[in-house]
Amino acid sequence: MQLFRQTAHELHSLLINKEISAVELNEAVFDRIASVEEKVGAYLSRIRERALERARVIDEQIRKGEKILPLSGIPVAIKDNMCTDGITTTAGSKILANFVPPYSATVVKKLDAAGAVMVGKTNLDEFAMGSSTENSAFFTTRNPWDTSRVPGGSSGGSAAAVAAGEAVCSLGSDTGGSIRLPASFCGVVGMKPTYGAVSRFGLIAYASSLDQIGPFTRDVTDCALMLNIICGHDPLDSTSADFQAPDYTQFLINDVRGMKIGVPEEYMAEGIAPEVHGLIRKALELLESLGANVEYTTLPHTEYALPTYYLIAPAEASSNLARYDGVRYGLRAEDSEDIIDMFMKTRSQGFGSEVKRRIMLGTYALSAGYYDAYYLKALKVRTLIKEDFDRAFEKYDLLVSPVSPTTAFRIGEKTDDPLQMYLSDVCTISVNLAGIPGMSVPCGFAGGLPVGLQLMGRHFNEGTLLRAAYTFEQNTSYHKEFPAL
Amino acid sequence: MISKKDVDQVALLGRLELTGEEKEMFTRQLNDILEHFRFLERLDTTDVQPTAHVLPLKNVLREDWPGQHMSREDALANCPDRDEDYFKVPRIV
Repeated sequence: MQLFRQTAHELHSLLINKEISAVELNEAVFDRIASVEEKVGAYLSRIRERALERARVIDEQIRKGEKILPLSGIPVAIKDNMCTDGITTTAGSKILANFVPPYSATVVKKLDAAGAVMVGKTNLDEFAMGSSTENSAFFTTRNPWDTSRVPGGSSGGSAAAVAAGEAVCSLGSDTGGSIRLPASFCGVVGMKPTYGAVSRFGLIAYASSLDQIGPFTRDVTDCALMLNIICGHDPLDSTSADFQAPDYTQFLINDVRGMKIGVPEEYMAEGIAPEVHGLIRKALELLESLGANVEYTTLPHTEYALPTYYLIAPAEASSNLARYDGVRYGLRAEDSEDIIDMFMKTRSQGFGSEVKRRIMLGTYALSAGYYDAYYLKALKVRTLIKEDFDRAFEKYDLLVSPVSPTTAFRIGEKTDDPLQMYLSDVCTISVNLAGIPGMSVPCGFAGGLPVGLQLMGRHFNEGTLLRAAYTFEQNTSYHKEFPAL
Repeated sequence: MISKKDVDQVALLGRLELTGEEKEMFTRQLNDILEHFRFLERLDTTDVQPTAHVLPLKNVLREDWPGQHMSREDALANCPDRDEDYFKVPRIV
């Protein structure tokens, strides 16, 4: 039995039946990391000793007959833009290469309290800005299904780690598709919960009105288990919603009869690769055959989402990234004449091209004379995009589309043209602008590469997504495929 | 059109020191990107309210409670330069 291929709920059964120990499980995952990490490059840092120490504590609890939690002893990976007390957190940037946070993000504390074992910090595009991990200041993560291709981004390391058996579950963050796109490219389940459903305390900010943390897992059941741990109000995050998170496992029901599913025609238009289009249609036929009512609908402002996002997100980023000034933490440039010179040299040496490009774009969009034409205009169009969804959800329980117009692209294919790279996010960004939950579920393979089905729901309706995803999964076997590395 | 002079001005506002090569690249790319985004103008948004935030959250307040604060050492642990309990920076005036 290859332990590193199992889901968290399968491993939980093995642990409580004492068929395996948490130490054995974590060692199996570290062995797997040792054998494939050179090809994949999912991790920026690994935390073996601390992980095994934690695993021993869980084993002791099991030995004493104590009840352990569903994620107890399960190896999990954390995207390296979430602060981990005493463990280097880089955000994929040279400017934070040696930053050791003095506290942990709320999600990290919650996973810890739930008994999950953190095995390492995963690679990402610098400050989560990108769609491929090629913007990481350190290296590019490779897609486990074809190592000449990108894993998607920005949470590419977290997706690749789960796909390659280098972690059982992981956390990513999603500002414009950064969980769903890599989940789709790597053939795993990825969920961006409703804006405000998960605390962002300790998440290194990119665009604060859009950022949301969520899980990567091998199946929908594990996704629900992860949501059970991370969702809920946090007084330390003033944008966290004051709501009582349900037990998400109650939505794991194999039944979509009567569910009203809308398919926005704008997401199935030209530009979607024929093989992706075909798999999405096949998935819709399956959902229909299982009793869902599927019909085409419209989100008329879809074409405006991309420019809206790429004005709002860089504007917020230019403000959020002002804190990297070489004073309190991070890199400081040598040999400065005065403090302004020090700020400018530090930031120029510390940030990569894409980060500089977004700071430039955002600063321009916010500057005097252009604010109304760009930033304010984008905020108004955001309202129209949100209203499209409001109208659609009056009629439908769920919207379904592709996650990405294509399968994973080749490393280097889009690095010279930022606009082409931005277009990778065309199916995912509206969800962030509207603040609704979005999910990617494996729905087949095209040319040996995974394709993801995107599910979108009303605010705080993660349950409907889980139910549809679970039904789809129970009636397909794509999630059981494993890459040959 | 964004000129090279605009790029200089924006870089200064963003506290970025750009090389000559970067200035040229960003002038070209920002023009390409903003040109592509111009079709936003087609939408009439005169009567549309802007959305800065999607949740109906307003004036989020909580009880003020005594808690543990970060120690001075922890707060200073990552700083590139310090003078005892202060962050040290190059000359300001």
